[in-house]
Amino acid sequence: MLTSKTFLRKTKRGNVLKIVREHYLRDDIGCGSKVCKKCAILVEEQEAVLDDQLPDALSKAYKNPHYLIVDTNVVLHQIDVLEADVLCNVIILQTVLEEVKHRSSTIYKRLKDIINDKRRKFYVFVNEHHKDTYLEREAGETANDRNDRAIRVAVKWYDLHLSASQAHVSAKKRIRIVLLTDDAANCEKATKEGLFAASVEDYVCCLKDSKGLEDKISRSESHFDEGSKEIFPCHLTPVQIHDGVKSGKLLQGSFQASRENFLEGQVSVESFEKPILVQGYDGLNRAVDGDVVAVELLPEDQWSAPSEIVLQNDEVEDEEEIVEKVLKVETKQEKTPTGKIVGIIRRKWRQYCGILQHNALQNTTRHIFVPAERKIPKIRIETRQAPTLMEKRIIVAIDSWSRYSRYPSGHFVRALGKIGDKETENEVLLLEHDVPHSRFSEKVLSFLPKLPWIITDEDVAKRTDLRHLDVCSVDPPGCTDIDDALHCFQKPNGNYEVGVHIADVSHFIRPGTALDDEAALRATTVYLVDKRIDMVPDLLSSNLCSLKGGEERFAFSCVWELTPNAQIVGTRFHKSIIRSRAALTYEEAQLIIDDDKQQTSVAKSLRGLNKLAKVLKKRRIENGALVLASPEIRFYIDSETHDPIEVQAKQIRETNSMVEEFMLLANISVAEKIFAEFPEHAILRRHPIPPPSNFEPLVKAANYLGFEMNTNSNKELAESLDAAVKEGNAYFNTMLRILATRCMLQAVYFSSGVVTKEDFYHYGLAVPIYTHFTSPIRRYADILVHRLLAACIGADVTYPDLLDKKKMNNICHNLNYRNRMAQYAGRASVALHTHIFFREKVQNEEGYVLFVRKNALQILIPKYGLEGTLYLYPPKGMKQEVSFVYNEENHTQSYKNIVFHMFDPVTVQLTLDRSNIQHEKLVFKLVKPFIPNFSVSSIDEESKENVTRVEENVSEECGDKAGTSRNPVVLQQMKRKDEDFRSKDSSRKKKHKK
Amino acid sequence: MDLVSDQGLRIDGRRPKELRKIRCKLGVFAQPEGSAYLEQGNTKVLAAVYGPHQVRNRSKALHDAAVVNCQYSMATFSTFERKRRPRGDIKSTEMTLHLKQAMQASIKTELYPYSQIDIYLEVLQADGGNYCACVNAATLALVDAGIPLKEYVIGCTASLGNGDVPLIDVSHLEETMGGSNLTVAVLPLSGQIAVLEMSQKFHVDHLSLVLNEALDGCRRIYEILNDTVKNHLSEIGAISGWGKSDL
Ligand SMILES: [Zn+2]
Repeated sequence: MLTSKTFLRKTKRGNVLKIVREHYLRDDIGCGSKVCKKCAILVEEQEAVLDDQLPDALSKAYKNPHYLIVDTNVVLHQIDVLEADVLCNVIILQTVLEEVKHRSSTIYKRLKDIINDKRRKFYVFVNEHHKDTYLEREAGETANDRNDRAIRVAVKWYDLHLSASQAHVSAKKRIRIVLLTDDAANCEKATKEGLFAASVEDYVCCLKDSKGLEDKISRSESHFDEGSKEIFPCHLTPVQIHDGVKSGKLLQGSFQASRENFLEGQVSVESFEKPILVQGYDGLNRAVDGDVVAVELLPEDQWSAPSEIVLQNDEVEDEEEIVEKVLKVETKQEKTPTGKIVGIIRRKWRQYCGILQHNALQNTTRHIFVPAERKIPKIRIETRQAPTLMEKRIIVAIDSWSRYSRYPSGHFVRALGKIGDKETENEVLLLEHDVPHSRFSEKVLSFLPKLPWIITDEDVAKRTDLRHLDVCSVDPPGCTDIDDALHCFQKPNGNYEVGVHIADVSHFIRPGTALDDEAALRATTVYLVDKRIDMVPDLLSSNLCSLKGGEERFAFSCVWELTPNAQIVGTRFHKSIIRSRAALTYEEAQLIIDDDKQQTSVAKSLRGLNKLAKVLKKRRIENGALVLASPEIRFYIDSETHDPIEVQAKQIRETNSMVEEFMLLANISVAEKIFAEFPEHAILRRHPIPPPSNFEPLVKAANYLGFEMNTNSNKELAESLDAAVKEGNAYFNTMLRILATRCMLQAVYFSSGVVTKEDFYHYGLAVPIYTHFTSPIRRYADILVHRLLAACIGADVTYPDLLDKKKMNNICHNLNYRNRMAQYAGRASVALHTHIFFREKVQNEEGYVLFVRKNALQILIPKYGLEGTLYLYPPKGMKQEVSFVYNEENHTQSYKNIVFHMFDPVTVQLTLDRSNIQHEKLVFKLVKPFIPNFSVSSIDEESKENVTRVEENVSEECGDKAGTSRNPVVLQQMKRKDEDFRSKDSSRKKKHKK
Repeated sequence: MDLVSDQGLRIDGRRPKELRKIRCKLGVFAQPEGSAYLEQGNTKVLAAVYGPHQVRNRSKALHDAAVVNCQYSMATFSTFERKRRPRGDIKSTEMTLHLKQAMQASIKTELYPYSQIDIYLEVLQADGGNYCACVNAATLALVDAGIPLKEYVIGCTASLGNGDVPLIDVSHLEETMGGSNLTVAVLPLSGQIAVLEMSQKFHVDHLSLVLNEALDGCRRIYEILNDTVKNHLSEIGAISGWGKSDL
């Protein structure tokens, strides 16, 4: 059965090593075709996936029925074509599969998804281990040439192999192979050898029914650029880049485009503290946001500073002029290291959402695509469907970017739906934030418990029966996924027994099932304003796991004995059965506590909890926990149109903080327990201490107004924040806290085996160890923690992956990524609804100056949690009588005797500018203080010339780090997600109210 | 990286339950009482057996059994990187001890009181499963030396690929890329385990899976070695006329 073959490989690992590996060649690898009778008996497990009955003459060029074999570059560049359902019966050679795997992990994953889709009939032929198709590399042959030859040999083998099984069929009807390759030389060689070969474009164009597949073809660069002049310098070759990086002449880093200025960006290089600035066409040299690039540092006398000008490529402007403007920006600002990008090491191109730019030319197939993400350049595409696509949000992929073209060229992938439709916009939002949101597959649903679900005697025997306890839950109104409930009573010895009961999700989601994999992938439930994308199917999230009032439910209970002073005397954990007496809202709970006449056990329980929570909170704050609160907003949504009809700040009650305190306590207790039992494998959450430099903006801002910010420790910071109260500006303190939140780093999950114990610290909560235990319905981390805790107390067994710290750490990376994306998606959703709310509205609002910029004021509207840039200079091409003076030292803008300081109150008028359909923006006009010829009176519509532009930033914040977030609404969400502060904000629950 | 592809093949083209190709030969040296050369894939080992002879260090002699002395070494050229490998470093001392334990389990030492049996093992090329190849080569050399054995002692490794696919006869590449490895030395007919070692912990759910795979591998290696011995004997026997002295 086995033939063995050794081959040589050289690797450079300091020395040149001769590596000898065995390579077994086999005779039991099937061809995968149903036509073939020989292979069917070879290996039973191998299903023949390739059809024997093919539709007649798919293609005008190839009359034979045929299978397709594609080469590596076709997979890498034409993956969108392959993803289209049109092409079936495709053979993927192992040579191709492995090359794709090495070249691009994302495309490899997409290819694997296609292969796993049974309907597509893709078959992987392991040609490298087949005795007849394996090839040695010949002397002088490059690896690429060898692989091309291997592909041709495989095509030939298939042709021969299949014809042997089709001896009875006439030559014209036999199934043949068509090789798809965009490499002309390879194509020619194949044709010479008597094989069918074609480029993807030729092949697709010859299809009788291509179903719009032409649009998805990635075309070669030259296609667009006949006779244009060059715009960009050449990129260095990979060898030059490699040598340059090695010698230190070039630096490797990842490129981040500026979202404010499309001709500016920065490259983060590991060895440099500050990112390297790149400017202009030459400097950016076709880098797209996220790409890994090679950058050359300019001599110090050519260094520049980031231009403070906001430059958007919105309107078609004279671009030469723009370039000039950018480059001649003179600033007194500190110069930063500046460089130019000389080569691309790795492209991080993905698919982008956006719209087609209106084209004055009729009947052209060439169009410009405008991505929604401002950091991404416009993309040129070819499509015949432009008239129907004009009104839609579409997805486009970049193929290439030639030196002669201002924009990269790409191809159309698919359409999402009509612009402005809430469904479409939600879809865009979810896609842009990489939120998995397809419906749960049949396979996933098959692991759900069968209904009716009943509690058996066996269950009762295994669990502690707590149905006699007066447990209740407290949540925001309309909450359907209740994952926690509480109880409390005073024991005869004067101490209190307090229990936190968490939905026992890990009972239903067993490790290794498709349901578990799906939950792990999703990582978190994503809350949009009008939509919830569940982590687990509805049956669990809203029913079997949800601790509904009056229903018997499984719970994981954490029960303490606390002294009246809230000191822990003892902690117990057990899997239990509870029956919640009532599912209360914060408001209802508050009313019960406040109403002395109520003396039910639930009422007593709540009062006990409330009393203890106050002690706990006081102690926590004394330890240095930060309070980074900010107003929360809630949309009231019309039940018919689903449009927001009112926006209101949300009230925070005592009961919010009551529940929060016990959740924190449970999380800490559980963290200690699982870490003691599994020192190497506990899933914990840490919040790193921010580097001192992060606090600079906060310290400076406070200093302007004469307040000292002590940022040495969280305790000192908390005290300084408490002390910073300004008479007559009630919102000042909140604004400082908003700034403080932006100094923070993101809290992250990690496996305790990969981080030293000192780094477990949670800065925001000021606790040495912390985890998430209390929301398993909506967070996967909590499920893992439940499993660990269950193993600790012998209620469940571990499984291999749970005790593999490498795998767990990878899972943590995904959780952290998804959490971040969920936050951004939530913010973007709030922004979207804010826009819908302001359609057809003009409103005056109180606001504050949050920052003073060189040409603008940053305004914060507490009522809506909105922030926007208010330009003090007129839009390009407009004249303005009023000119402001910027004082760099004091960070003020002044006109005559009117001076704008940081934190000053202002009144602005809000309207929605819908002229750019893709970026609707809120326009703020200054009302108070009144400046003649600049401000507007509160009702009048001013002429366009005098409009002060304020752009509302929310939608662009999505891709940004939380540390620099600009939208206070976000704070609320971050708080909820990170700190488990428990205030489930408005976006989380649907509220329908007329 | 996955050790087993979606098509069910390992990196070198084997299926999970396939052994590497084993080639072996008895009686490769004239000087020692017994000798053998064994290849298991690219792992190549020489074994030589001297004795039984008188115990050199009398104080170590046993009154009821033979002393089994093992000596393990690796050739300087045995790995990709050339290295001087002094005898008696920790790794080879450990190997020596484990080898001794396996060989003692197999040899009927009680037949040779006050005697010593020396087994020398040299790894010429290392590509994973060195210990197993040594055990197997030593068994053949003992057979060649005509030393009575209870039964063959056979070594085999197993590991897990892709989290839960048991792999047998692990190559060096798989050793370094994969997770934990299990090594056993077994008396395959009676099913007794002489040596069992793991490079890292296995989860309890996986241990029996991997162990069964390794035991199965031992039985299959036993068949291969036994065939070699039979062929060798028939060759020797044919040449010597099956002991007829008149030839
Ligand atoms: Zn076949």
